[in-house]
Amino acid sequence: MSRMTMTQKILAAHAGLSEVKAGQLIEADLDLVLGNDITSPVAIKEMEKFTKEGVFNKDKIALVPDHFVPNKDIKSAENCKCVREFAKRNSITNYFEVGKMGIEHALLPESGLTLPGDLIIGADSHTCTYGALGAFSTGIGSTDMAAGMATGKAWFKVPSAIKFNIVGKPSKWVSGKDVILHIIGMIGVDGALYKSMEFVGEGIRNLSMDDRFTIANMAIEAGGKNGIFPVDDIALTYINEHAKGKKYTVYEADPDAEYDEEYTIDLSKLTPTVAFPHLPENTHTFDDIDDIKIDQVVIGSCTNGRIDDLRIAAEVLTDHHIAEGMRCIVIPATQKIYMQAMEEGLLKTFIEAGAIVSTPTCGPCLGGYMGVLASGERCVSTTNRNFVGRMGAIDSEIYLASPAVAAASAVTGKISQPSELGL
Amino acid sequence: MKAAKGTVFKYGDNVDTDVIIPARYLNTTDHSELAKHCMEDIDKDFTSKVKAGDIIVADKNFGCGSSREHAPIAIKASGVSCVIAKSFARIFYRNSINIGLPIIECEEAADNIKAGDVVSIDFDTGLITDETSGKTFTGQAFPPFMQKIIDSEGLINYINSKE
Repeated sequence: MSRMTMTQKILAAHAGLSEVKAGQLIEADLDLVLGNDITSPVAIKEMEKFTKEGVFNKDKIALVPDHFVPNKDIKSAENCKCVREFAKRNSITNYFEVGKMGIEHALLPESGLTLPGDLIIGADSHTCTYGALGAFSTGIGSTDMAAGMATGKAWFKVPSAIKFNIVGKPSKWVSGKDVILHIIGMIGVDGALYKSMEFVGEGIRNLSMDDRFTIANMAIEAGGKNGIFPVDDIALTYINEHAKGKKYTVYEADPDAEYDEEYTIDLSKLTPTVAFPHLPENTHTFDDIDDIKIDQVVIGSCTNGRIDDLRIAAEVLTDHHIAEGMRCIVIPATQKIYMQAMEEGLLKTFIEAGAIVSTPTCGPCLGGYMGVLASGERCVSTTNRNFVGRMGAIDSEIYLASPAVAAASAVTGKISQPSELGL
Repeated sequence: MKAAKGTVFKYGDNVDTDVIIPARYLNTTDHSELAKHCMEDIDKDFTSKVKAGDIIVADKNFGCGSSREHAPIAIKASGVSCVIAKSFARIFYRNSINIGLPIIECEEAADNIKAGDVVSIDFDTGLITDETSGKTFTGQAFPPFMQKIIDSEGLINYINSKE
């Protein structure tokens, strides 16, 4: 009788083994290899060193130029050209040009390319997002991406796991972002180093798919190798909508699987949570947040640029206007989300409130463009990292928060929660 | 590389990839260009002071954050011969092995070695010697599989050698 975690079961199946143990080194078959406009050019250069030519499977590689796209400068344009030409040369099926492009970790699930039980590597640290659908997915670098594209395989050290037993129901303005910030605040930015974070329990049925994507997305901010959810009816509804007819395997952890640590998270006790500069673990709740004036708000990214996020932000901004002198930048994560937000009238709400709406891009999250901060400026952002200089000048400050807190803060001009607007 | 010797640059916990190489420079893949901006947001003097062979010593979770391989590339291209830390973020750890940047986990060394000390490392034995203080430390050995990748000077060479 095996005692494997959900992650270990997926790894064992892809390594052709009946059982694996934490710490074991394995070589596993890959279902998808992902890269973006920053990491792929380095991988493409590495590919040239292989004695064997070509890619292992043109349908199992996804290339998504999204970080500095639409091209922010000449060097970025050259990088995108390199990726585009590589995709063409190798007849890569899933290359996403501007117009089809979206932020990779919102785009791939939406395109039905990330399925339960899949083993996915991506040259982007937030590749862990797809664990929300019961896949094992993890971030790697460009050389691993190159090796994955060439051979269809990667080596892994089988991780041990931390179990998060989710119970209860969150209150109105608490969402997935508050859950994961709370957890990172509790265990620290290396609290799950090298480990899986497995989210289970009756409370997960109170978390929407978009909440789960946000939570799995930020597993890396606790140092995690991956974050993963069991595949329930909410996940299956999403799969049926976005990947109809595709084959997949649902894995479950063994009932007596071993975990290094176990935590219980009661969603009903969580309140809006903000991570202060300059680490995601530096979390505060509103009982200890003073008046902190801000200059900019960003609502978007692979963490919080999905339709639920935009609906929440629009609900807060309805009949309100952003503060005098505030810049509020809203970035729908994909073209589909953009269109949906348009059809639901959300874009009108944003523009009437004084915000701007951008085409999909990672842009400001990593200080690329579309909202870079000047020295001394402060931003409340729904993105995932608040490291020194991440969004611009090294003495600028990023406060990580949910779409609800970001939208409320845009209105008041200081870090605020929706209740301060009478909501 | 079987041995290294150099002067130490010392840093604290959670040195992230955004300070190792800020994203504003990720529009290039040129190694020497990346090296020109290595560590500039945490230590503006690093690039002017670093010499070939020098060593970085840091506390826990070195290299946390993004998957950008540009981070270990920038460090390696600056001439740094080894990074010693209490622990490494996993993607940085993997990337360093894959590109052939020697890294060693050693809590004791990170606690005792001071900025400016001259340190030598024997990669075969994992022995770290602080020549300034005279103290020695033993770093954690790599599993044999990873040692093979390191001996092949990176993942691609290792895969080529298997075929």
